[in-house]
Amino acid sequence: MDNKRQYEVVFIVDPAADEEVPKLTESFSQIVTDQGGVVTKAETMGKRQLAYEILHHKDGTFVLLEIEGSGREIAELERRMRVNDRVLRYITVRVDEDRRRAQKLKDRRARKAAKRPSHGGGSSAPRRGSAMEFAEPGE
Amino acid sequence: MSTNYEDRNRGGYDSDDDGDRRPMGGRGGGRRMHRRRVCRFCIDKVDLIDFKDVRLLQNYLPERGKILPRRISGNCATHQRMLAEAIKRARNIALLPYTTD
Repeated sequence: MDNKRQYEVVFIVDPAADEEVPKLTESFSQIVTDQGGVVTKAETMGKRQLAYEILHHKDGTFVLLEIEGSGREIAELERRMRVNDRVLRYITVRVDEDRRRAQKLKDRRARKAAKRPSHGGGSSAPRRGSAMEFAEPGE
Repeated sequence: MSTNYEDRNRGGYDSDDDGDRRPMGGRGGGRRMHRRRVCRFCIDKVDLIDFKDVRLLQNYLPERGKILPRRISGNCATHQRMLAEAIKRARNIALLPYTTD
């Protein structure tokens, strides 16, 4: 599992072909599966206005796929999407490295938080708590 | 992960920034305002900035659609980099504009 790469693929479907969205998603998932990848999530983000026109389209249906695999299925998937004129645009982002990094930071923070009260004594903990409270409303 | 993709809170700087404005020097008019620089992402302990989170990214995209510079937002280098990357990705799939006229 560690060598598996994770990708997020977002593609925009022509809103005129809205009823084809489930079918398209299904066929793309099939392509990935055929190439040995795994689709971990397939989610329609809904119809949305585009920030700028793409091929004279002002809005589109966004679909998100999360894929786990070697990278070969991505090549095939992208080729299919490029050819398909229902797909206005797509983007593939490799996320496993960033996620791992985020997890590491989170773990480190958790470890630090766990360590602090034991060796720092009581005084540092409450102060930290109040600082957190101070930070919260700024959200 | 149920981010709201719909909501587009257009333009503008993040107005509720807690950085208080105060004049810089004593005399000389105090032309330059100093803003307390705090990286909001550091405060919220954000490790990952999602390019699909339009609502968040929009806060850093003023009217013209340019990425808000660090000297104004007060972001730290790491988070500004992540933010810029996320904005560029979002632009690519038309979640955010490259320019607005």
